[in-house]
Amino acid sequence: MSGRNERGERGSPYAPHTAAETEAMLDAVDADDVTDLFDIPESVAFDGDFGIEARTERDAERHVWGLLSRNDDLTEFLGRGHYEHYVPSLVDHLSQRSEFLTSYTQYQPEITQGFLQALFEYQSMLVELTGLEIVNASMYDHASALAEAALLAARVRSTDGDRVLVPEYLLAERRDILENYTDGAGLAVETYGTDDGNVDVDALAEALDDDVLMVYAENPTTRGTIEEHLADVGDLADDHGALFCLGTDPVALAVLQEPASVGADVVVGDAAALGLPTAYGMGLGLFATREEFVRQVPGRLVGASEDAADRRTYTLTLQTREQHIRRERATSNICTNQAWVALRTAIHAAYLGPAGLVDLANDCVTLAADLADRLDDVSGLQAPVHDRHHFREFVAHTDQPAAAIASDLEAEGFAVHAVGEHEVQVCVTDANEHAVDRLVAAFEEVA
Amino acid sequence: MRYDQARWTHDKNGESTDDQYEPLLSEKNTEEVEVESPLPDELTRDTVELPGLSEPELARHYTRLSQMNYGVDSGPYPLGSCTMKYNPKFTEDVAALPSAAVHHDRSDRSLQGTLALMHGLQDYLARIGGMDAVSLQPPAGAAGEFAGILVAKAYHEAEGDGETRDEIIVPDSAHGTNFASAALAGYDVVELPSGDDGRVDLEALEAAAGDRTALFMLTNPNTLGLFERNIEEIAEIVHDAGGLLYYDGANLNALLGQARPGDMGFDIMHYNVHKTFATPHGGGGPGAGPVGVVSDLAEFLPAPRVRETDSGAYERFDPESTVGKVHGFEGNWLVLVKAYAYIARLGDVGLEDASAKAVLNANYLASQIEYEIPFGPFHHEFVASAGDQDAADVAKRMLDYGVHPPTTKWPEIVPEALMTEPTEIETKETLDQLAAAFDAVHDEDDETLSAAPERTTARRIDQTSAARDLRLSWRALGADDSEE
Repeated sequence: MSGRNERGERGSPYAPHTAAETEAMLDAVDADDVTDLFDIPESVAFDGDFGIEARTERDAERHVWGLLSRNDDLTEFLGRGHYEHYVPSLVDHLSQRSEFLTSYTQYQPEITQGFLQALFEYQSMLVELTGLEIVNASMYDHASALAEAALLAARVRSTDGDRVLVPEYLLAERRDILENYTDGAGLAVETYGTDDGNVDVDALAEALDDDVLMVYAENPTTRGTIEEHLADVGDLADDHGALFCLGTDPVALAVLQEPASVGADVVVGDAAALGLPTAYGMGLGLFATREEFVRQVPGRLVGASEDAADRRTYTLTLQTREQHIRRERATSNICTNQAWVALRTAIHAAYLGPAGLVDLANDCVTLAADLADRLDDVSGLQAPVHDRHHFREFVAHTDQPAAAIASDLEAEGFAVHAVGEHEVQVCVTDANEHAVDRLVAAFEEVA
Repeated sequence: MRYDQARWTHDKNGESTDDQYEPLLSEKNTEEVEVESPLPDELTRDTVELPGLSEPELARHYTRLSQMNYGVDSGPYPLGSCTMKYNPKFTEDVAALPSAAVHHDRSDRSLQGTLALMHGLQDYLARIGGMDAVSLQPPAGAAGEFAGILVAKAYHEAEGDGETRDEIIVPDSAHGTNFASAALAGYDVVELPSGDDGRVDLEALEAAAGDRTALFMLTNPNTLGLFERNIEEIAEIVHDAGGLLYYDGANLNALLGQARPGDMGFDIMHYNVHKTFATPHGGGGPGAGPVGVVSDLAEFLPAPRVRETDSGAYERFDPESTVGKVHGFEGNWLVLVKAYAYIARLGDVGLEDASAKAVLNANYLASQIEYEIPFGPFHHEFVASAGDQDAADVAKRMLDYGVHPPTTKWPEIVPEALMTEPTEIETKETLDQLAAAFDAVHDEDDETLSAAPERTTARRIDQTSAARDLRLSWRALGADDSEE
């Protein structure tokens, strides 16, 4: 393509200058050539090229299609922190409206009321679901929200302690981020035991002391089990003055115990279970907490206010917590967040409404239970390995090596997790339930 | 250009009111449903209360909200330091391909398309920045800074002086995230005052750099749009002290094809793909903040990265001494797809032209406005001073002229700062309109300014009331009503 765009011009197709305009503008700034405007010493000037070919839009599109078409077309039964539910078309079409998509952070609230109101609605719906008073306008993902929760605990707890307790079932990746984020503050991340896929309350009691800043648990857990002892965890944390941080997601919240009712001080999770299809792990960090901690919350908050005409309006508020004002004393370094994903999550939640969301959550219980039952009937499999209720996903024991089974299933067109030498994990939702019969048949072939 | 932004008002019983748009989605339209579930009662909640609206009602609700919002596609958006470029539509289409909607935990063998694209983007970014190795994982610029600082920390620990190198030097004009990211990683922040010319003061840097220096974080051109001409001396001072040099990529749109951080002596950098590579800002995110390093630091990068095997396949691998992870999976994948598509579209000539026109536009706009610009020569952005006017008021008044205002009151080195970055996307005609808006406001009195804006959805919003009487959800609004 010799570096010309489709208009026959050498340059960016999104820089609209005609030759005459460029000339007139150069005249106005008293320069002969655009390069005269660069104040770069010759010794560090770049005189090579990147070796990147320019393409027409059609060719660029085909190039990316070509690359992505090398992904195998697998039916995924995957979860472990990244979930897919069917996303209604309404979400795509409305979230992609230019006025939303191409706007920036609402530093000028008078001209960005639309996005502010949408974020306020996101916050409000998550307040209803968590029962906690404060929800921020998003973190990056579940893992960074968990890490920020530990840092919040370190700021609000009066104890000299530095320990953060996490359950054995915590994803290694989440633990890694928790450690990376809290190392600078000198916190120590320690593991407490679990019992048949749930928190082991006795083990937690043993591990707890007054130097613990925060206790973390999940519902549902990474292994898909529904926790049965959350109120005990909340009480134990409370007895020692530690914060209780609960990891969950907005679909699970529709039917599982309300976090506020079991004593959760912070709720984190990936809210993109609503609103985004699988996106290689891209998510939306949910962060909710109690009103008393509002001045220590990381990230942006949208609040209601009035304008000069005394109308109800919305604006970013308590910005003095944030890095652009408080710098090294900010509650977090987060600036760019996941606002657009929060918009999508809000649209999806509103689309489902309370009855639709409860139905979806109940499906996550029954689909997992039914599939576990059917896999348990397959010779060479026992499912689920935990004698618990499950949400979306469960772990099955395999007589054959799990890696070989996962690999054989891939050849049949399915993806599942191999999570142990003899354990696979399977996740089923409204997005893949249509393929359950074929998955069971494939398991019968390979197990 | 005259502008009147949409304002949908509530008209419940045929009576038009001047209230703000009464949201359909609100505490007033929620339904409470009893939770009936196959689970035992003790594991479930009793009720859920959320809005219950039909799809047509929601379509109208969000369409109206969008009409009460302003984006790059609405008009000029010269928000300094934010690089509000046009976001090409075709990149949305490629990111929406079903083949892009994949789960992270699949085998490498089944993800050759995703891994090929990631490998390609690592390669593109390395070439553009003059870096040797890139990790795509950080989900935003600040996350990129944090990842880069972790790399520096791991390097110094490997060198045996991790304990004693406990300071990060940051210029006073730097982005707030630099300070916050350094503090997050546990470092003491040493603030470096700018010299009289708005650039790094070499003597001050000499004095600040030493055995305790882990890193010096710098953006170039800096937040005044000025190129740090002494960058080689700066690099020498930092390196002689045993520290590393970090490039904040927020201003990379000023340099494409003209200079590369790697050639200037920077060891670590992040790229703001939502700025330089035109992925949409989405009302505040998601962005992506890949981090690049020179070869000596590649072993510390976040895991996993992507490499090509001898057989031409792609695989994920953990760098030998990796700092671990900074995102639960591998960052904002869909944003990376859009950035790749943008770079593949523009190529060398397009990228070089983007920066050239961005610098031309900033210089042309600056030449057309009356506000004083104390520092220069500048590249892709300039910082004017509102002088006796309040910069925040200037911004509010500019809204009435149908343009998004500059970033205001920062950097503080310029009094009543108007930090302006028109980017390459504006025509001369639009820049003339922008200049007219600047000049019109320049000549207006304080009374007019403090009464602005008048033509936007909302009039001036009371920030003090918002912060003093916190109402962060419908529940808080409901509490409000009951008090009345």
